[in-house]
Amino acid sequence: MRAGFIFKEIIQGLKRNASMVVSVVLVTFISLTFVGTASLLQLQIGQMKNYWYDRAQVAVYMCTDVSPSDTCPQGGASADLIAAVEQRLGSPTLQPYIEKFYFENHDQAYKTFQDQFEGNAVAKYVTPEQLNETFWINLKDATKSQIITESFSGVAGVEEVRDQRTYLDQIFSILNAASIAAIAIASLMLVSAALLISTTIRLSAFSRRRELGIMRLVGASNFYIQLPFILEGVVAATIGSVLAGGAVVAIVQFFVQGYLAQQLPFTSFVGLADGLLVVPILIGAGMLLAAAASGLAIRRYLKI
Amino acid sequence: MISIANVTKQYKGSAKPALDNVSLEIEKGEFVFLVGASGSGKSSLMRLMLREDVPTKGAVHVLGENLIGIPSRRVPYFRRKLGVVFQDFRLLTNKTVAQNVAFSLEVIGKSQGFIQQAVPDVLRLVGLEGKENRLPTELSGGEQQRVALARAIVNKPSILLADEPTGNLDPTTSQEIMALIERINLSGTTVIMATHDRNIVDRLQKRVVELNGGVIIRDQLGAGYQKSQTGANPIIEGGFFN
Repeated sequence: MRAGFIFKEIIQGLKRNASMVVSVVLVTFISLTFVGTASLLQLQIGQMKNYWYDRAQVAVYMCTDVSPSDTCPQGGASADLIAAVEQRLGSPTLQPYIEKFYFENHDQAYKTFQDQFEGNAVAKYVTPEQLNETFWINLKDATKSQIITESFSGVAGVEEVRDQRTYLDQIFSILNAASIAAIAIASLMLVSAALLISTTIRLSAFSRRRELGIMRLVGASNFYIQLPFILEGVVAATIGSVLAGGAVVAIVQFFVQGYLAQQLPFTSFVGLADGLLVVPILIGAGMLLAAAASGLAIRRYLKI
Repeated sequence: MISIANVTKQYKGSAKPALDNVSLEIEKGEFVFLVGASGSGKSSLMRLMLREDVPTKGAVHVLGENLIGIPSRRVPYFRRKLGVVFQDFRLLTNKTVAQNVAFSLEVIGKSQGFIQQAVPDVLRLVGLEGKENRLPTELSGGEQQRVALARAIVNKPSILLADEPTGNLDPTTSQEIMALIERINLSGTTVIMATHDRNIVDRLQKRVVELNGGVIIRDQLGAGYQKSQTGANPIIEGGFFN
């Protein structure tokens, strides 16, 4: 009976304030979608950083058979040319700047590539010979990559020298700025969601003030009086956060995997698993926010 | 049962206290009229007994509870032992007679079985048999007050607080309501009733506590509405502890 009574009260409350409830649903929906998108961006950044930052500080890409002829007129780098580069890396001039370096041959590069792009269509078409043999160099001071670039640019057998860190930093800072913007927008909207929820609850309490007065007089417990109101806010916010969760999954499925991954096949993107990881967080956050906002509102509005 | 000791209630923004050093003892099963002009402090006193308010100074004990120190989560459970009726009935207009009474049991978590038994019983007691499914708007004032009384006593309270329960009723209907309240009192419930109805107080000859400007100026057993009336058995003049 108790549960039935509370359920009835919630339904009545939701009906009575239908338009406010719809706005609560929409505001939580949109704000949590922003939160979800921002989290996905962070996951994306983390995924890329994890992979790239540790290994690819500065890369000296050796020529392959398919390298463009203007940088690699002699075709694929021979063992001699590779040995020359290796010797130079170990030379006393460069040694003070280098923490360590290692060589990655075609097969190792292929394996890494397969690991990173597992399940991606591009993995099927790549052959080991297409991938550069590379010297991966960890610098003692990552900001001095210029030295390596200058030492090896134009050297025979070297296709390109690339400081991955500056290259990645640009992407990361753009992605970071985007996710910070999303979080800023989301927090503003979450504030308005919280205010909307408490306004809705107060309206709801006001329209039920006769019942509430009688409930207090006959000794209904505070919990019993407040629960329907809190649940009312929670139900509305939960609908919004479930919608937001759906939107986030849809973004991953149709935009990231369905569009971005097709357009940029050489980058790994967040997958459905990451999207599904974000959904329960969104729903939890929505429910918690609503419970806190409506709990505070009703406590302030209803004195014992 | 009810003990009010040296209670002063000062509302914010008013110079004069609503209750000024009031002391009052009420025993189990008593029937007490609170009389006095509007603003004399009757309602303030009742609000203190219901723990709707706490006094600025002094002590209030009701049914063994110290109402000054009671934690707010226990207040609802304390109120379940009290029944309250008002001049304006305070019924839910969208609920039927039976639903109004049942509501007060539902919200304190009584079982459906208990409710189904208790509601018809109490409606029979207050003389509303056959009107269970009427809406309050279809009832006369007297009948509405009966519903309010049924709601107040359905949970078998030890104390019934009645704030001018006949204030909106004609004399004949008032008498019927008073007969009902007397019956409730006879069954052992302590009744405290604030009223302006001189006829009722004079006719019933119960204990009368008269307030004036926040001070008890008379506390008499078997008395009438005014002091000049032959109230033979004064408990005390001018308050209990003074």
